[in-house]
Amino acid sequence: MGFRGRDVISILDFTRGDLEELFGLADYFSSNRRSYKLLEDYVVALAFFEPSTRTRLSFETAAKLLGAKVIGFTSEEGTSLAKGETFADTIRMLDGYADMIVVRHKNEGAALYAAEIAEHPVINAGDGKQHHPTQAMLDLFTIWKLFNKVDGLVYAVVGDLRYGRAASSFIYGLTLFEPEKVYLVSPPLLRARPEVVRVLKEKGVKYEEKRSVEEVIGEIDVMYVTRVQKERFPDPLEYERVKGSYRITLKLLEKAKDHMKILHPLPRVDEIDPEVDSTRHAAYFTQARFGVPVRMALLSLIVGVKP
Amino acid sequence: MSPEKASLTVSKIRDGTVIDHIPAGKALAVLRILSITGKEGLRTAVLMNVESRKLGRKDIIKIENRELSSKEVNAIALVAPTATINIIRNYVVHKKLRVEVPDDIVGILKCPNPTCITNKPREHVVSRFKVASRSPLVLQCVYCGTIIREDEVEKLLMA
Ligand SMILES: Nc1ncnc2c1ncn2[C@@H]1O[C@H](COP(=O)(O)OP(=O)(O)OP(=O)(O)O)[C@@H](O)[C@H]1O
Ligand SMILES: [Mg+2]
Ligand SMILES: [Zn+2]
Repeated sequence: MGFRGRDVISILDFTRGDLEELFGLADYFSSNRRSYKLLEDYVVALAFFEPSTRTRLSFETAAKLLGAKVIGFTSEEGTSLAKGETFADTIRMLDGYADMIVVRHKNEGAALYAAEIAEHPVINAGDGKQHHPTQAMLDLFTIWKLFNKVDGLVYAVVGDLRYGRAASSFIYGLTLFEPEKVYLVSPPLLRARPEVVRVLKEKGVKYEEKRSVEEVIGEIDVMYVTRVQKERFPDPLEYERVKGSYRITLKLLEKAKDHMKILHPLPRVDEIDPEVDSTRHAAYFTQARFGVPVRMALLSLIVGVKP
Repeated sequence: MSPEKASLTVSKIRDGTVIDHIPAGKALAVLRILSITGKEGLRTAVLMNVESRKLGRKDIIKIENRELSSKEVNAIALVAPTATINIIRNYVVHKKLRVEVPDDIVGILKCPNPTCITNKPREHVVSRFKVASRSPLVLQCVYCGTIIREDEVEKLLMA
């Protein structure tokens, strides 16, 4: 189907072929790091109704390296939303100024709603707990770079699979490929949502729910770690009891395969021990760097230009 | 009158709609889907828990002077998949329709996810569900992905 002129709401809107095209171009931008004039006549709007550092800055860097003009805001404060303007009216305004709108919002479905309102393409940079497709694109690109493939590997997605949009989108992304197996490792309270599990079933992906990383550490090729937040637990004691099972330490990694790689959408707080950073397993900083070339590739493909 | 003959008699309607074979107890939910509150002034008979050969017990609704659109007819399937719609013209059954859950369910159900964009009152987003499975019935919110099952549908009907 390709990317040209399309909205990017969910990773599931795309095919494996689309992603492979994206990876190819991201790879090019990653090894030819300079500024381009491909989007010289374009304006990219960054509409971050919810705060963000990494995603916003990587979109901004990507747009600027492609030569686009960037407008936008980074929270509802200081915009007329604070005065009571609706989301819909704000999107209509941006649609009048820009050629593409990148939206982050705390409500699920906000990006799809924006896409229904706007004539220009809308890119979902995170809608509540639901989707974060560009994060999944860069996560899968990282694996593709590290292993030369996404297929045939054993994955563990660890942490808050219920409220974490990065984890859900990553799982959705895996269903476009042929993973050997996907372990969903979380406390019972934070298991993957029914609609996410449904897609795994529909696509025939072999998966299994687990309660601790120890159970699967020796088997996996990729560990995708997200944070288990204390606030999610009605009972703080329950949190204290389970948190150790989702902390990645050197001791835990003793049982890991040599080539096992750890990914994390960042920011990380204490779910990965800092001592892990210097091991061959840590891939999360490389992953974070790929945010720019992957988003450069995405913006170019949506506009329909290539270097 | 002999006991076997005892029945609830409702005078015949000239023109209108008879919704027959509604699962017992679901008539009021069907009226909600049709937005019939009684305030419209339509002469309406609601029979509940009457004997039925096919269903054991069933509900029936008879509405005078209103023919249902096919959109309304299909929405009824959300709570009464067994219903048959009889369009009455000049006292006789003019047309008999079966109900089928539509592929898109627009503006009928409230999404149970409180943080779904469709539940932000000031944005006026019309709720929309698509059918993920017909039997058993599984619906999915197009906006937030939330899945709802057959037994949850009735309590999510918008007033
Ligand atoms: N003029 C009318 N006024 C009120 N109710 C009517 C009228 N004509 C038919 N009905 C009712 O509409 C329903 C369908 O009528 P019909 O004569 O088709 O019965 P049926 O053969 O039992 O149909 P079915 O096979 O759907 O059960 C019945 O419940 C009947 O009582
Ligand atoms: Mg009959
Ligand atoms: Zn919803």
